[in-house]
Amino acid sequence: MEGFLVQTLQIAVLIGLAPALVGWVRMLKCWMQGRTSASLFQPYLDLLKLFSKDIVLAENASWIFRFTPYLLFGTTVLAGAVIPMLSTDLPLAATADVIVLVGLFAIARFFTALAGMDIGTAFGGMGSSREMTVASLAEPAMLMAIFTVSLGCKSTSLSRIVEAGALLKPSLAFAFLAFVLIALAETGRIPVDNPSTHLELTMLHEAMILEYSGRHLALVEWAGMMKLFLFMALLSALFFPWGIAETGKLSHIPIAGAVLLLKLAVSGMGLVLIETGLAKMRLFRLTEFLGSAFLMATLGMLSFFILD
Amino acid sequence: MAFLPIEIASASVLLLLLATLVSALLRKNQRLLINAVFVIASAASLTAVAAGIWTVGSGVTGKLTLLIGLPDLPFHLRLDPLAGFFLTVIGLLAFFVSIYSIGYVKGYLGQRSVTRLVVFYCLFLAGMFMVVLADDALFFLVAWEAMAAASYFLVMFEDEHIENRRAAFLYMVVAHVGAIAILLSFGVMAGLATGFENFNGYTFDAMRQANFPLEWATVAFLLAFFGFSAKAGVIPLHVWLPEAHPVAPSNVSALMSGVMLKTAIYGMVRITFDLIRVFPWWWGAIVLSLGLISAVMGVLYALMQHDLKRLLAYHSVENIGIILIGIGLAMIFHSFNLPTMAALALIAGLYHTMNHAVFKGLLFMGAGAVLHATHERNMEEMGGLIHHMPWTAALFLVGCISISALPPFNGFVSEWLTFQAFLLSPSLPNQMMKLLMPMGAALLALTGALAAACFVKAFGVVFLGHWRGHQNTHIHEVDWPMRIGMTMAAVTCLGLGILPTVFIDWMDVLPEQLLGAKLAPSATGMGWLWLTPVAPERASYSGVVVFLGILFVYGIVYFVLHVKPGKIRKGAIWDCGFEKLTPRMQYNATSFSMPIRRIFGFLFSIKEEVKLAPQTAHAAFPQKLHYYLRVRDRFWNWIYKPVAEVSFWISRKVGRLQQGNIQAYLIYSFVTIVVLLLFTR
Repeated sequence: MEGFLVQTLQIAVLIGLAPALVGWVRMLKCWMQGRTSASLFQPYLDLLKLFSKDIVLAENASWIFRFTPYLLFGTTVLAGAVIPMLSTDLPLAATADVIVLVGLFAIARFFTALAGMDIGTAFGGMGSSREMTVASLAEPAMLMAIFTVSLGCKSTSLSRIVEAGALLKPSLAFAFLAFVLIALAETGRIPVDNPSTHLELTMLHEAMILEYSGRHLALVEWAGMMKLFLFMALLSALFFPWGIAETGKLSHIPIAGAVLLLKLAVSGMGLVLIETGLAKMRLFRLTEFLGSAFLMATLGMLSFFILD
Repeated sequence: MAFLPIEIASASVLLLLLATLVSALLRKNQRLLINAVFVIASAASLTAVAAGIWTVGSGVTGKLTLLIGLPDLPFHLRLDPLAGFFLTVIGLLAFFVSIYSIGYVKGYLGQRSVTRLVVFYCLFLAGMFMVVLADDALFFLVAWEAMAAASYFLVMFEDEHIENRRAAFLYMVVAHVGAIAILLSFGVMAGLATGFENFNGYTFDAMRQANFPLEWATVAFLLAFFGFSAKAGVIPLHVWLPEAHPVAPSNVSALMSGVMLKTAIYGMVRITFDLIRVFPWWWGAIVLSLGLISAVMGVLYALMQHDLKRLLAYHSVENIGIILIGIGLAMIFHSFNLPTMAALALIAGLYHTMNHAVFKGLLFMGAGAVLHATHERNMEEMGGLIHHMPWTAALFLVGCISISALPPFNGFVSEWLTFQAFLLSPSLPNQMMKLLMPMGAALLALTGALAAACFVKAFGVVFLGHWRGHQNTHIHEVDWPMRIGMTMAAVTCLGLGILPTVFIDWMDVLPEQLLGAKLAPSATGMGWLWLTPVAPERASYSGVVVFLGILFVYGIVYFVLHVKPGKIRKGAIWDCGFEKLTPRMQYNATSFSMPIRRIFGFLFSIKEEVKLAPQTAHAAFPQKLHYYLRVRDRFWNWIYKPVAEVSFWISRKVGRLQQGNIQAYLIYSFVTIVVLLLFTR
């Protein structure tokens, strides 16, 4: 019973805190760039505004376009239910291992790309084409990084990986670097994509969802925020699994929650440092970026067999 | 009175042969012919499925000897679980496609006689069933050739187009080169089984009992692998596949791509695991590497296509590659004597065999429905079909999700199992393999991601957006038999995706008999809900929970947001104030794959030209732009063109022997007899 409570709590934390994390990243970014920032809670207000607005639907939109926001939200929440953020003893943890998790993100992306093509504008198709290209290069690198970690623990189950505890090993260092690069690509951050631009030549993710409005847009945006949250949580589970409770007891949760908040705050700072320090890359330079991520993951794999 | 599974399976073959006779009688009334014969064919397929499921479920082997064939060389039939599994795969898709054909083939009424299509359709099915039932080399090759010949005539069905005749010819040539290799392989094995003193070595039983010396076993394996690869479309023997599959009628393409290629997989498994049994690890390495090459190259070539059926045909190359990855891994693990891991890899490969049959059948049926409704195969002329064909669109989407290996559908389960098999490679005693195997996993991941990109393109360009075509044809949804056929395939895709434990439990007798290890005790150890191969703490997946979990969150969010009904206003799309958007400005198939074409361009032979039309007032304001793009398979120029030229050269030289006068021919006969006498002396 307690396990289910922890499970519910974890999902609630994900849904509830994801906008605050984005607010935190935006705030830090403003400070780094010498601007005054909006409040930490601005993303909540944005979502509230979008939920209260009516929807303007493109004339040509089919059910795919209307189905996608809900599906995005559903897959992201499910992904959040299986990543150990507060505790490893989750009733739903056995549902999906880390490969299934990649699959869950893939199905969300698949439908977003279809929604981009549904309305029949050049923008939507452009976004879908670019997103799928980036994804097809990022996914192998991501799986390689994950495999390097899971070879060490002889398991692809996230709970086991956390319980095994990461050690300072050269293979993990390489896998970590690769994973950071991939996480930037997957969550659409600089230098791969810019979440705050609507300039036609640079858009990837935003081009696909350009026609969304009202509650559809709110769901898409919220799912995007949760995805950022989840990648940071995944990063912590794979490489810094300290502080995650290994029991399903409620009494362990406050400490685990505090550690999680700390880790998120620090990863947010890291993200802002990367985003402020780098410029967005041209689309065709991305092969080098993702290629180096792949190379790093491969080096991690090789050093696992040779050094560990 | 009880029947044995093998009798039921033989009855299904007889039923199909009977159907060909019926079609001869009914050829005057074409509509009745279609209804009657395809109903018989679906009944026969269902019978075969029943026999197959029963055999695999009970794990018993039935045998039958037919006293037909050559004197002293009777035909042997055998239905063991391996044959039963493939019988189920073939029968299941044949059942769906036969129902679909009741509607699809009626599209030809009034255009041409369909008698030929119907007759060869039944012979084709009977041939495939006989291939898996055969238990001797002779009957196997007879069935193999019957299948190849029947499918040749089916590819040739619309023979007024020159490209169809060319494709059929190419198919026939490759099929026969492959068949010769298989024949030679059987010859090697039969010769070693009983020596050249008697003919009994032609039965598979004799081969099973023989112990082959390694070098001859290798010769037999390589010949058989070459021959079966030609049928399966393994790169570089794949060139016939994207030519022949698109031009055949779509129901036939579904069968050819979905199950005919699988008979080659059956042959490989039969020869390596059942007849030869003991082999070194590098055989598996060959199969694995060719599988990886086929998977990656297949999907990259598929991405470059804009003909819907050609795109699907190249995806068959990819999926055969994925199946071979599983089988190659099983061979490697087996040769290092790691039976449980081999069982996992073999199940992964065979599971994908089943999955690919169902979803590729579904996709080809969907492509056939699109072709039926629009008379168009070129994706650049399509778009927005989801508004006109909602059923076909939804069902085709299920196929797209399944083939892109996305949870919770079936393609994901088999790829997930393959990944798990890859992750077991550190247990191998060979250091080299340990290092190289994870690269294979990365290539498989690349394949999956590219396949998803390709099917976003396929579904997005064909079904979404606006109609891109020039002529505005009246598009309508297809009729009920076609919808039912596709729906059954789609439901099977979902079923295989969310209930893998049931399926693995059923087919577990295969690794037990071939490799001596079971997977199900560990894979279903936590109950039917959780798939946990090898050990629960190693990895787990539950398709049901993923499916229901997504639905649950979806339902709650939908409900919460629709308590207070918000208004939905329809509006025009954002055009940046341009106001002159036309459907031709949408992304199409070529533009969608442009980034990937640029990144992986070195693998293709690409010719791209952009020309401005000359008659413009000013160079800065061109009125028209000509864009020309040709992407070709590199293998064609590398391998096939030289081979074709050399064989034409040889045949011209040999042709000089044909003088046309009787004296010369008599001399040839005389010389032949003398030479033969010298040999037999």
